[in-house]
Amino acid sequence: MSPAKWNIILKIHRQKQGEAPHFEEFPMQVDPDEYVLDAVERVWAFMDRSLCFRHACHHSTCGACGMRVNDVEKLTCITPIREVTRDGATLKVEPLRNFPVVSDLAVDMGTFYSRMETVGARAVLPVSEAEIENPPTTWDADESQYIRLADCIECGLCISACPAAATSTEYLGPAVLAGAQDQGLKRNLKLLELVDSEDGLWRCHSAFECTAVCPSFVDPARRIMDLRMQVIEERFKRLFRKP
Amino acid sequence: MEKQRNHPSPLKFWLWFNPIGRQAGGWAYILHRITALGLTFYLYLHLIVLGLLAKGPDGYDQFLVLAHSPLFVFGELLVVAAGILHGLNGMRIALTTLGVSVTRQKQLFFGLMAIAAIAILVFGIRMFTV
Ligand code: SF4
Repeated sequence: MSPAKWNIILKIHRQKQGEAPHFEEFPMQVDPDEYVLDAVERVWAFMDRSLCFRHACHHSTCGACGMRVNDVEKLTCITPIREVTRDGATLKVEPLRNFPVVSDLAVDMGTFYSRMETVGARAVLPVSEAEIENPPTTWDADESQYIRLADCIECGLCISACPAAATSTEYLGPAVLAGAQDQGLKRNLKLLELVDSEDGLWRCHSAFECTAVCPSFVDPARRIMDLRMQVIEERFKRLFRKP
Repeated sequence: MEKQRNHPSPLKFWLWFNPIGRQAGGWAYILHRITALGLTFYLYLHLIVLGLLAKGPDGYDQFLVLAHSPLFVFGELLVVAAGILHGLNGMRIALTTLGVSVTRQKQLFFGLMAIAAIAILVFGIRMFTV
């Protein structure tokens, strides 16, 4: 038996060059176990080919499909419709905040990507160094025990959710600071001046929204706190170091 | 032009106070900002009131009558509440910065806010009864 379908209204943010931002509504029938990205793609495929959005892998690896779903940052390819709305309700989809809108749901993440490069954030960590979500008790665990490594997929959800990032274009933001923490001041002391600055880790005011929305177990807030300790330690050492 | 619409800007400071879609840490952030603004506002108000006192004994007596009015006492309670909330929330920020309770910041926030609620209640009872 096929699962019962839901009737929902997909309310999508639209904005092309020269247009004021507005919402368009697309009523549709969905399987509630489909993902939000599936619904957005259906609009593009069958209702409006001019809809612009970013997506690629469909399995939470590329980080391209981050959007705001009913006011919360989500990776839409892994967000089941069932979790964010109900039958007969409206599902609002908007572009990420704190990034310039290129068109409709697509935002320009160029500055963010170059900042990730500046701090030397690594795309994939070697397993020996990666933190692991829910680590198995033994390493020869059976293969059914899937694990997820703490790899930042550069989706930008954390930057969009961060209230401090809303008021400063220069603030490095959670993912970039988490990338710097992963490098560590021990490995790259040049990062000290960059992160220990007005637009570095002291602009974070501990809202922990980044960690709440991160889909990839990076826990940026914890890393920012850890990086602060590294900076304090380094500054303290310098006080006693002979010139 | 369109690019600016979704761009960060100091003029968007009101977004700090937008509670939609926030979780515990976000609520703590909003509370911290509001209480900070409230305490700053109070500081200026305090200086203005002190200025009134300098007008001599009559001004002082008038001020004392005003200071005992329930509305004034309520205002003072708001100042006390803001001080307690801001101080305890500041402790949460300091502790997490030092690596304490980072993964349990929600529980830390709720625990400190429970203490704040009790303290504000005690102050309120004392201020309106003693
Ligand atoms: S830290 Fe998490 S939320 Fe931020 S960009 Fe990386 S994966 Fe996305």
